[in-house]
Amino acid sequence: MSHRTALAGGALLLISALALSACSPAGGNGGTDAAACTPSEGKVNLTFTSWLPGMEDAAAIWNKENPDIQVEVQTGPNGNGGTYKNFFNQIEAGNAPDLGQIEYDALPNFRVQDGVVNLADCAGVTDAKSKFIDWTWNQVTFGEDNAVYAIPQDIGPEALYYRADLFEAAGIPVPTTWDEYAAAAEQIKAQGGYITNFSQSDINAFAGLVWQADGQWFSNDGENWDVKLDSEESTKVADYWQGLLDKDLVGTVAPWTDEWNAAYNSGEMWTWVSAVWGANTISSGAPDTSGKWAVAPMPQWKAGESAAGNWGGSTTAVLKGSKHPYEAAQFALWLNTDPEALTSMNKSANIYPATVDGASLPAFADGLDFYGGQKIYDVFADAAKNVNPDFTWGPTMTQTYTDVADGFSAAVSGSGTLLDALKSGQDKTIAALKAAAIPVKG
Amino acid sequence: MSSTVSTRGSARESLLSRSAAMLVMLICAFYFLVPIWWLFVASTKDRSQFTTTNPLWFGDFNLFENVVNLATYRDGVFFRWMLNSILYAGAGALLATLFSTMAGYAIAKYAFRGREAAFNIILGGVLVPATALALPLFLLFSQIGATNTFWSVFLPSLVSPFGVYLARIYASSSVPDEIIEAARIDGAGEVRTFFTVATRLMAPAMVTIFLFQFVSIWNNFFLPLIMLRDESLFPVTMGLYVWNTQVSQIPEIRAYVIVGALLSIIPLIIAFLGLQRFWRNGLGAGGLK
Repeated sequence: MSHRTALAGGALLLISALALSACSPAGGNGGTDAAACTPSEGKVNLTFTSWLPGMEDAAAIWNKENPDIQVEVQTGPNGNGGTYKNFFNQIEAGNAPDLGQIEYDALPNFRVQDGVVNLADCAGVTDAKSKFIDWTWNQVTFGEDNAVYAIPQDIGPEALYYRADLFEAAGIPVPTTWDEYAAAAEQIKAQGGYITNFSQSDINAFAGLVWQADGQWFSNDGENWDVKLDSEESTKVADYWQGLLDKDLVGTVAPWTDEWNAAYNSGEMWTWVSAVWGANTISSGAPDTSGKWAVAPMPQWKAGESAAGNWGGSTTAVLKGSKHPYEAAQFALWLNTDPEALTSMNKSANIYPATVDGASLPAFADGLDFYGGQKIYDVFADAAKNVNPDFTWGPTMTQTYTDVADGFSAAVSGSGTLLDALKSGQDKTIAALKAAAIPVKG
Repeated sequence: MSSTVSTRGSARESLLSRSAAMLVMLICAFYFLVPIWWLFVASTKDRSQFTTTNPLWFGDFNLFENVVNLATYRDGVFFRWMLNSILYAGAGALLATLFSTMAGYAIAKYAFRGREAAFNIILGGVLVPATALALPLFLLFSQIGATNTFWSVFLPSLVSPFGVYLARIYASSSVPDEIIEAARIDGAGEVRTFFTVATRLMAPAMVTIFLFQFVSIWNNFFLPLIMLRDESLFPVTMGLYVWNTQVSQIPEIRAYVIVGALLSIIPLIIAFLGLQRFWRNGLGAGGLK
C-alpha cells in the first residue's frame, strides 16, 4: 500500500511539475515558484557555490557595479565529487546557497527532486533565450513552456584533436568519417601507435558520442521516463568502439592520470576526440608535443554531415529556498552573458561560453602556438552550432555513470562488451528510478 | 643448525625464523615506504619531467621551486589549510584527550549510580563510525545556524569514546587508590588530585589517546566536506581533494596536489616520531600489573 502511494506521489510530483508548464501563466496556485520572483527591499546578500576556480574574480566585477546586491562565492569539490549531495542536504536543512553551479547532466536530478527554482517569471530570463545557443536553452527548460530552471554557463562542443605531424609523415589523411577513423586506426597500429585512448570512466564523454549520433539514452513522455541505454544509435556507437577494442586498436590507459599524459606526450596516442576545454589538458599534459597538434571536426557517421557531440558544461541555477530569487536570477543572467564576466571565467577556468556571441570574444580570436598557430576555436564555434538540441539527460546520471563505468572497466579488461555494460547500467538505472518512486517504463 | 642445538635451553629463536621475520617486516616496510618515496621524488619534478623520467628516481631537483609555486597559488591558501588542520586536529585532540581522560578517570575511580550504564553507552559510541554521524550533525548545526564555521568541525572532534575506554583501563591499573586517598588526606580537592597526581601517572595513555584522536580528526573527511563551504576553513585533506577535482579545468593543479600531499604528511610524521616512546608504553599499559 505504501509503495503504491509512494509511486503515486512521485508520479504526481512529476506530472504536477510538468503540468506547471501546461498551465497558463494566469494560473496562480500552480506556478508558486514562478510567481514569487519579485525584487527584495534593501541590500541583498547572495551566496553562490561554484567549483570553478577564480569565480570570485567574476563576482568581484559584479559586486563593484552592484553595491545593493553583493555576491559571496563559496566553493567545494566538483559536483559529482560531493557538491551535489551537499546541495540536497543543504536544501533539506534550509541553508542552501542562493545560487549553485549545476552541470547539464545533473539538472534533471535537481528538477525531479524540486531542488531548483523556476525562473521563467523573473525579469529578463525568458527574453535571454535568444542570447544562448538553442540546444543549451533546451537543456535548461526541458522543452517546457514558461519554465526555465537554470541559466546556461558553458559548453563543451567536441572536435578531433590530432597530431598533424604524425599523420602527414605517415601519409594518412585526417579521418572525416568514423569508417575512415577505423581504417586509420589500423594503419597507425601498424606504425606502433594507437589512434586514441578509450576512456573507461568518462561515461559522459561516451554519452557525447551517442549524442553526436543523434541517439538518446533517456526520454520522458510526460508521465514516465524511458531508459534506453541500448537504443539503436547507442548500440551502433558501442559496437564501433568495441570493435576497436577487440582489435587492440585503441589504448586503455586510465584518463586524467600521469600515464595518460605520458601516452600523449610520448606520441603513442595520435588523436583525442574531446571538448573545447581539452585543449588545455593536452597542452599541459603533453608539453613536449607543442606545435604538432591541430583540430578538425569530429568524424561523422555519414560523409558530408557536420554533427557534433557535447562533453560537459554547467549552468547557474537558483536553489530552492532562496529568499532572493529575483536578484539571484539577475546575477546569473549577468554572469553568463556579460562579456567581461565570460572573459574572466575563461581566463581562470578555461570555460567556453554557451552564448551565441561567446564565440566572438577576444579570448578566442587568436591562433594557438601549441596547435601550430591554428585558430582552433573556429572549429569549436562551428561544432557548437551543430549539436543536436534534443538530447535528454536522466534524473540519476551520477548513479548511471557509476554503473556503466563499472561495466566499461570490465569490458576493457576483456570480460563482457561495452553493450553489456550499457544494458546492465540500464537495468540498474531503472531499478534506481523505481526505488526513488519516479515513474519509469519497464 | 648447530647453533639451535647449543642454545636450546634459552629463549632465542633460530636464525632461520629470525631472518624470515625480518624479511617479512622488510617487505612490509618497503610496501609502506615506497609510496612516500614516490611522493617525495614526484614533488621534486618539474611538470614536463613528470612523465618522462623514472618515477622512482629524480630528474632535475625542483622541490623548492614547486613549494614556492604552491605557497603562492591563490594567495597561500594551502598554508591556511595546514594551519586549519593543525588547529582542528591538534587543538581538538588536546581537548579530546583532556575530556576523555577526565571521564575515564571518573568512571574508574568514583563509584556512582549508573556508572556501568554510562560506560557501556559511551563504549557503544566506539562502534559508530564518524561518517554515520556527519549528516545528523550537519542537520543539528543547521538548526542553530552554525554550519560553515570553524566550530562545526572543531566541536564534534572533541569527542572520543575510545579515549574514554582507554583512560578508564589505564586509570584502574596505574593510578592506585592509595595515592588518591593520600592526596585526600593531605587536603587536596578532587580536581587538584586529578591534575597533579593522576595525569602524571596516566601520561602514556594520554599520549596514546592524543595520537589516536589526532589521526582520527586529521583523516575525518566527510565531516568537513558536508559542513564547510568557505575555502579558508578547509582542512588540508579536503582542500587537496577539492583541487584534485579541478584537474580537468586546470591541469597544472595536479602538481600542487602532489607537492601539497607531501607537505601535509609532515605534521603527522613529526607527531608520531616525536611521541613514539609514549605510544609504545601506552599500548602495553596495564599488561604487567
